[in-house]
Amino acid sequence: MATNTQIPVADRRVPVIAPGHTFSTIGEKISNIVLSRPVSLGWILGFLIVFSMMNMLMVALGYLFIKGTGIWGINIPIGWGFAIVNFVWWIGIGHAGTLISAILCLLRQTWRNSINRFAEAMTLFAVACAGVFPLAHMGRPWLAYWMFPYPNTMRYWPNFRSPLVWDVFAVSTYFTISLVFWFVGLIPDFASMRDRAESTWVQRIYGLLAMGWRGSARHWHRYETAYLLLAGLATPLVLSVHTVVSFDFAVGIVPGWHTTIFPPYFVAGAIYSGFAMVLCLAIPIRAIYGLKDFITERHLENAAKVMLATGLIVAYGYGMEAFMGWYSGSTYDSFLLWNRLHGPYRLAYAALLGCNIFIPQVLWLKKFRVSTGWLWLISFVVLVGMWLERFIIVVVSLSRDFLNSSWGQYYPTKWDWMTYAGTIGLFLTAMWLFVRILPMISIFELRTLLPESQVHEAVEVKQ
Amino acid sequence: MTVKDSPIYGLMAEFDSAKELVAAAHKTHAAGYQKIDAYSPFPIEGLAEAIGFHKNSVPLVVLIGGLIGGISAYALQYWVAVITYPVNIGGRPFHSWPSFIIVTFELTILFGGLSAAVGMLMLNGLPMPYHPVFNVPEFARASEDKFFLVVFASDPNYDAARTRAFLNGLAPRMVAEVPS
Repeated sequence: MATNTQIPVADRRVPVIAPGHTFSTIGEKISNIVLSRPVSLGWILGFLIVFSMMNMLMVALGYLFIKGTGIWGINIPIGWGFAIVNFVWWIGIGHAGTLISAILCLLRQTWRNSINRFAEAMTLFAVACAGVFPLAHMGRPWLAYWMFPYPNTMRYWPNFRSPLVWDVFAVSTYFTISLVFWFVGLIPDFASMRDRAESTWVQRIYGLLAMGWRGSARHWHRYETAYLLLAGLATPLVLSVHTVVSFDFAVGIVPGWHTTIFPPYFVAGAIYSGFAMVLCLAIPIRAIYGLKDFITERHLENAAKVMLATGLIVAYGYGMEAFMGWYSGSTYDSFLLWNRLHGPYRLAYAALLGCNIFIPQVLWLKKFRVSTGWLWLISFVVLVGMWLERFIIVVVSLSRDFLNSSWGQYYPTKWDWMTYAGTIGLFLTAMWLFVRILPMISIFELRTLLPESQVHEAVEVKQ
Repeated sequence: MTVKDSPIYGLMAEFDSAKELVAAAHKTHAAGYQKIDAYSPFPIEGLAEAIGFHKNSVPLVVLIGGLIGGISAYALQYWVAVITYPVNIGGRPFHSWPSFIIVTFELTILFGGLSAAVGMLMLNGLPMPYHPVFNVPEFARASEDKFFLVVFASDPNYDAARTRAFLNGLAPRMVAEVPS
């Protein structure tokens, strides 16, 4: 019988779903957050705050479109500034979602089933925020379509040898595939929502989105094949996106950019910040919406371990940059190292080392991995650290290049800060709406984790 | 007899667990019923095979889509960089193929991924908002915690009374007619 079946605990680890759940209770718990939970005062107040922040973005962009990029702190030699720092930061955060959905799916890490949905949503919103920056940085964003190859009266075509063109293709492909992957994952859950909805209109909306999904065995067969292939395609994609972003730097000749370690080091950094954002969101959400049965200590601990591992790869990257600064014998490279440690941005570099390398080392201790408060704090510190990393890479290298005559200093203006804070508002507004409109945990994938979903005699508990 | 001139679409049996459904699907298929389908709230290993559905063509669609994406991306770049808009940048050859790999790769993934999603939906015949199985009120729980087996009236072995007796023999929770 499907009722009251306890999950046999195969080992001493915390299970991925708390014991006592059935197919029905899983669906009920997740869909009720959307269908029947009343809108709380806290949600409305929070929404007002994040929505105001998003409107700040609108103001900042509106003024930018009137005045041009002169309102920002960028000037030669530092032409990239906040726009590129924030672009790389957001794209990095957007890596965790597809990593969790695709790579952990291929590796059969079934614990991913309870966090993949909202991690994917987070990815989409983060990539949307990232997209704002290059568009705004163009100065004439209404001509953004010039980046794409299309027949035009100017008889002009993009230069496919340029990393900036590669970036357009990498980021737009990443966004599209992430969206498709997310939507395909949602189809069976839309059907669940359709069948659970009480009001006709809600039923119609979810029914429309479910497209008539009826759970036929033939459909599931094709569905699983398609999902697996999407995961297989998204896996190299997620690794390629930040690789291509790193080419924006590595293909250039500026000291501190022109290094072969950039692609792996960027990808590791992206996953590092992505998992930090997942934890920053998952910890409050599971507490507020009572989802501790599905997002258990096990998930938080696993995410913390991924953070620790990728953080160490990032630390190796810093170490290698410093080593090459000395070993290459290049004056410019060794000066860059000296400049990072003693130059005008030394405090930012010191903070970066503290946030990204030293503080997260406490994750070696189980106590910090299972304490939600500490874990949230460490994740936040990592997010700050990863932002500082991009700041150091972009600004320090540009501010001191080969000739003293082209040295400069970068000071972000209030418009820079407003745009940055505004994208955080855009991101959080989207998250705020997401948790109330869509099932934030994959209902059907969570059901497959229950032992009753297995038809073989020897019931094997997926871990 | 086709579905259209039949007043009913088929007979539906409801089961409590995934195991019972797979066993019932095996027996129904073994009894010679060809036009059957099974419905479950989540994918069940071996269920499609139990109703005699072994291979699907989604991988082929994805392969074709991915190849079209990759080949057209490379061809476009070659045509742009070598034929229609050659620009000498730092003395690099016009056909600088290593630079073209990235866009080729991205478009392979893009076309492959889109064909996986669209191909899966189209082969499944979705979107299809109306389907006769939804006429059975109990079927609302097919996305929840119940498992269903349907023998279509279009099956050559279908006979209202005999098929109903057969399905009742599988110990279902209930057997219902699916109006078409």
